[in-house]
Amino acid sequence: MDEALLRSLTPNVLTVLVRRGADFAAAEDAVQEALLEAVRVWPDDPPRDAKGWLVTVAWRKFLDQARADSARRRREDRLEEEPPPGPASAVDDTLQLYFLCAHPSLTPSSAVALTLRAVGGLTTRQIAQAYLVPEATMAQRISRAKRTVSGVRFEQPGDVATVLRVLYLVFNEGYSGDVDLAAEAIRLTRQLAAAIDHPEVAGLLALMLLHHARRAARTAPDGSLVPLAEQDRGRWDTAMIAEGVEILQAALARDRLGEFQAQAAVAALHADAPRAEETDWVQIVEWYDELVRLTDSPVARLNRAVAVGEADGPRAGLAALAELDAALPRHTAVAAHLHERDGDLTTAARLYAEAARKAPNLAERDHLTRQAARLNTLLRP
Amino acid sequence: MAKYLLLKHYRGAPAPVNDVPMDQWTPEEISAHVRYMNDFAARLEKSGEFVDSQALTPEGSWVQYGGEGRPPVTDGPFAETKDLIAGWMIIDVDSHERAVELAAELSAAPGAGGRPIHEWLEVRPFMNPHAGVTDFAEHCTSTAPAQE
Repeated sequence: MDEALLRSLTPNVLTVLVRRGADFAAAEDAVQEALLEAVRVWPDDPPRDAKGWLVTVAWRKFLDQARADSARRRREDRLEEEPPPGPASAVDDTLQLYFLCAHPSLTPSSAVALTLRAVGGLTTRQIAQAYLVPEATMAQRISRAKRTVSGVRFEQPGDVATVLRVLYLVFNEGYSGDVDLAAEAIRLTRQLAAAIDHPEVAGLLALMLLHHARRAARTAPDGSLVPLAEQDRGRWDTAMIAEGVEILQAALARDRLGEFQAQAAVAALHADAPRAEETDWVQIVEWYDELVRLTDSPVARLNRAVAVGEADGPRAGLAALAELDAALPRHTAVAAHLHERDGDLTTAARLYAEAARKAPNLAERDHLTRQAARLNTLLRP
Repeated sequence: MAKYLLLKHYRGAPAPVNDVPMDQWTPEEISAHVRYMNDFAARLEKSGEFVDSQALTPEGSWVQYGGEGRPPVTDGPFAETKDLIAGWMIIDVDSHERAVELAAELSAAPGAGGRPIHEWLEVRPFMNPHAGVTDFAEHCTSTAPAQE
């Protein structure tokens, strides 16, 4: 039973139904039912033409549902008699599906859920498990999302930037439960990159690959975070890094820089250093300058301060940090690090402990607490 | 997409505006209150923001490890415990503003005279178990020097 194949066919099958005149919400339900049936039936009776099978079953499910709805009977009968509209490119249709699922009228969490189901072919239960909410809640979130976009024409042009933001959110969620959301985000971004030639789509794909390549080295066996500088670089996935770098270089050659390409460039420079001490921090600062110029994001400025601290020394880093709002998330963590590098262990220990109290997640909190404990142990007479 | 705990206290929260104990309400007022709470939870389920809702008994005990081969040590309940949690609701929402908006709505549940209680609820963000996977997280925690 090839679940990957099944899932990769999902957007195609869905858009065939929509092209035949099914409304998006009903078609999406029908495809989901067909996927579930495939999971039941295929292990014993694999189809010769997987996509054909799914289209047939999904269309039948759609018609069954439409017939059951007496108010809609006449309209659907008419549909059945009509020849299907002329062939549209499957690639264009897939792109339209991404646009619809990331439509700006949706909240981020709704867009994420709808994308994972309608484009990714995940079941509601899998999505609910990944986001640690009850299945009923996720089912409601998805049907609400479908109602929200019910008035949007399928062919309406969309903005690729909104799609990228949704995929980035999925990627950054990592994994919990039995669904690897980071891997799923990569798959969906790869599929998007096949549907549209856009340097920022390539940039995001490169960024994801370059980060994913470090995943095995990023956590210790006990689950604690391993900082970049201490990671065992032998455990980085060199094939994935090579692919990420190649995709990034092709994108950068187009000379249409965007934030994801700039972030990927930073990740590529880290990947390129055989040892942490060989990291080209000067170039990294330059990329952060670009990122600040492109996004004016305080987070980019904060990361820039870290890079400046490495390129020009901790005092320069602290000076860059002093220009930023101290209320920024992780500001205190950066300050602690720079003070430690500057040799002021007492201040650094205090700031690490303070940063731990403000940490947005458990992994970072534990890491920062350990840093404070490490310095306090050194400082004890 | 963040989870928040909306915490309700038996004791320990500042006094609400409509501060009449529930046993002094009319039975109809109690029914109206319960209906409001159920409707609120049902609405959150519909909006895809509901995660969990639980109530706790007012009385519990304190338990402590008793040492090797010894039974647990129990104590209490203590009448002087200042902070006594009554129950909670867990929501999964898109923003902190939304969490505050929903907490305020929950605090508007009707009490004596059918008027909103204006109960103080504590809103606590959940900590995500894992860090995000981009450099933004990795950098800011990548701060320990390699030599220790």
